[in-house]
Amino acid sequence: MRRLSAMIVKEMWALLRDPKSRIVLVVPPLLQLFIFSYATTLDVKNVDVAVLDRSGGVHAAEFMARVAGSPSFRDIRRLSSTDELEQAIDGQEVIAALVFDPDFDARVTRGEPATIGVVLDGRRSNAAQIVSGYLSAIAGGYGAELLPRRAAEAGTAGSVVTNWYNPSLDYIWFTLPSLVAIIVAVAGIAITSQSVARERELGTFDQLMVSPLRVHEILIGKMVPPFLVGMFNGSLYLVIAPLVFGVPFTGSYLLFFLALAVYLLALIGVGMLVSAASATQQQAFLGSFLATVPLILLSGYAAPIDNMPGWLQTVTYADPARYFLILVQGLFLKAMPAAQVFQQLWPLVVIACATLAASAWLFRARME
Amino acid sequence: MSAAVASAKGVVKRFEGVTALDGVAIDVAPGRITGLVGPDGAGKTTLIRILAGLMEADEGEIAVLGGPPGAALDDLGYMPQRFGLYEDLTVAENLTLYAELRGLPRDERQPVFERLLDFTDLKRFQARLAGKLSGGMKQKLGLACALVKTPKLLLLDEPGVGVDPISRHELWAMVGELTAEGIGVLWSTAYLDEAEKCDTVYLLSEGTLLFEGPPGDLTGPVADRVIRVTGFEARRRQFLTEALDREDVIDGTIQGRSVRLLIRDGRETPDAATLDAGPDTQVEPAGPRFEDGFIERLGGGPRGTSALAERYREIPPSDTPMIEANGLTRRFGDFTAARDMNFSIPRGQIFGLLGPNGAGKSTTFKMLCGLLTPSEGTGAVAGNDLRRAAADARASLGYMAQKFSLYGDLSVRQNLDFFAGAYDLGRSEAAQAIEAMTEIFDLGERMNVNAGTLPLGFKQRLALACAVMHEPPVLFLDEPTSGVDPVTRREFWTHINGLVEKGVTVLVTTHFMDEAEYCDEVTLIYRAEQIASGTPDALKARAAELSGAADPTMEDAFIALIEDSDRARELEAAA
Repeated sequence: MRRLSAMIVKEMWALLRDPKSRIVLVVPPLLQLFIFSYATTLDVKNVDVAVLDRSGGVHAAEFMARVAGSPSFRDIRRLSSTDELEQAIDGQEVIAALVFDPDFDARVTRGEPATIGVVLDGRRSNAAQIVSGYLSAIAGGYGAELLPRRAAEAGTAGSVVTNWYNPSLDYIWFTLPSLVAIIVAVAGIAITSQSVARERELGTFDQLMVSPLRVHEILIGKMVPPFLVGMFNGSLYLVIAPLVFGVPFTGSYLLFFLALAVYLLALIGVGMLVSAASATQQQAFLGSFLATVPLILLSGYAAPIDNMPGWLQTVTYADPARYFLILVQGLFLKAMPAAQVFQQLWPLVVIACATLAASAWLFRARME
Repeated sequence: MSAAVASAKGVVKRFEGVTALDGVAIDVAPGRITGLVGPDGAGKTTLIRILAGLMEADEGEIAVLGGPPGAALDDLGYMPQRFGLYEDLTVAENLTLYAELRGLPRDERQPVFERLLDFTDLKRFQARLAGKLSGGMKQKLGLACALVKTPKLLLLDEPGVGVDPISRHELWAMVGELTAEGIGVLWSTAYLDEAEKCDTVYLLSEGTLLFEGPPGDLTGPVADRVIRVTGFEARRRQFLTEALDREDVIDGTIQGRSVRLLIRDGRETPDAATLDAGPDTQVEPAGPRFEDGFIERLGGGPRGTSALAERYREIPPSDTPMIEANGLTRRFGDFTAARDMNFSIPRGQIFGLLGPNGAGKSTTFKMLCGLLTPSEGTGAVAGNDLRRAAADARASLGYMAQKFSLYGDLSVRQNLDFFAGAYDLGRSEAAQAIEAMTEIFDLGERMNVNAGTLPLGFKQRLALACAVMHEPPVLFLDEPTSGVDPVTRREFWTHINGLVEKGVTVLVTTHFMDEAEYCDEVTLIYRAEQIASGTPDALKARAAELSGAADPTMEDAFIALIEDSDRARELEAAA
């Protein structure tokens, strides 16, 4: 016990003694949280569109007024020729341009089907699709108002959509809980991977190995600081998410901390494996990068796991972030019940045990 | 004497508040070896880098080959301490690369390479990767690379580091030839015995010049104050302790069965009667060494009684050997790093593992302290078998490595706390031990300083403190005093000698022949095998037989025994 506590105290000092490293432990994860939350916007806001109105009638003007009134659009540029339209799209001044034919107004007045041309910038395909969706919705709504009778007759009553767990479909409700999983992983693996490698590089490792400290004492001592830092950052996010970003936390705090703790152990296992395999800090740094990127990409945060090819989906079962992502989203947004939490938790426990055992083995094997 | 090829006056260089050089002046004459001598951290590398134009001085006038530093690079050869070679290139490729870099015309290369490879005796190894060369061969290749274009000034930054005595001799001979061609050589070194071979010496200590001039000028004043005492009754360590506690003795070292003493200036040289060490005591004058002069300039060595040893527990006598190696063998793949090591060290003795770098002494050392698992054979420390009771074996040893291997970014106090805990000291025991260490090693004022920023001497004290806090019966020392100044080294050995008198058993690896003299018994390891074992005096006697030299030093013995082993090997191969 005396040995273990000496080891833990030493590791804590090594991490916290330098005021600069204390700042590095807390400030970058917070900065990342803010930058990521605002930068990874999944919906399209503040887009500029252009309009080439050849009809000059009331209906075209009314339609454009609705576009202007939508919060998604910012500027509407008026164009006078197809050349100008080309330029505007080509120079990425606007993402979409609407074209009203000369007979648009006349046809609408007569009650005939009328079309609005939409030119989209296919280079930004994702955003363009979303913009196209917005425009169709506006067109559909306008059309329905003009011909309520016909719509009713045709029976196209339209659907009433309710978005469960995120009623206003605010993207930040999705990204913020996911970011907790991602940023905790980046910091946790980075800190752990340096720990053993640093001692190897500085030559203190031999000194440690000739002391009566047992391998498990050394490893536990090295696990404690990244664990505590991870718990601290996780708790910080738990406070910031509702207070600053307005994302509600609906689940059980107890389950959240339990899940976070198990997740951290799995991450520390991965980091320790990298560290035990590395001879220098530089190798450890590259190794942690090598581990972190697939961990994030395969978690389901960047792209839905269901869209991945089958074999890759199998690989994602080994990714601790995959489980914690489900857990943290569930706990934030839908008060995930304990039974469901445990369903995601046991694979994390398996991963943690496997990686920690492997790193202890590698640690012994690499001694020679 | 013709004009200096490099000269500097009043050179000052500061690094973030630390003054590395404080008003240093130096002249490097053509056709001579100028020695830049001093312990690690004295400022040698900084001065060389300034002369090479790699670093700018904060103050001072510097002229290199008649211009500012960095101007006449064509006539300058520079061999850095490390990183000079590309380890993934072969010997020939390294030479070609340097020839390209120095702009040696293509048609001149072949004769130059021929000459350099002959000169360095590396012809057989042209196709070998530089990283696979021994320490001595690397330094020779480094020298060859610095010579692809014959320079007028050659700057050598510690060419003797990590090189065994034989290669060191060869390097000196090579550089001697160069000076005959009129090249001015600046040779920096932490080995004080090398200083004696230089034409002029600049002795640096903590950034200031302690001495400049021919080495004889430093040893001259102490010449008739060095004596050798033999035939005393007491154990040699005990006698040394008593002698050092005398007012008229300022320094002393053990040399086999005899003790070498330096007498204080102005005091009468004590005779056998004054020393009062028994009827057979003999006192004879001994040759002065550069180190004696250095020690005197530093104000003399420490007293003889070790405060550390005084409070150390008495290790209970025991008949079982404290360290044992029975046929220890270690293979890496099909390479055998150490073969069939056998020795047994009784309580209260110092045992030395000697040998060139890469010969297998570190491998043997690491097997015994549990850092490497032996492929064959068994070992025991304090009666604990290395395989079955490794943790108990580790608990009974203290370990101090060549490199500073404490936590540089933790404070002195945190380091002491950690090692007290790691060695299972209880709370009150730990508090007592730390208090004692603080007092003995004078660490009080530096308790909250980062260990990494301590001066070298204090780092060494702290490392020893951490290794002995739990009062182990066995100490493992891996090149413990390489690079430190002689006073710190004396202090260290005073403590070790004191501990051994209390019954502590010490295993030490070293390539410092001085340190070998402190050993009760040494074994010389060469090409993974023990080629000679015995007391230092016995090894010297054997060397005297082999080489016919009258009074060989430990270094002479080392060289003679290795050459003998090589001869035997060649005979065997021929037969």
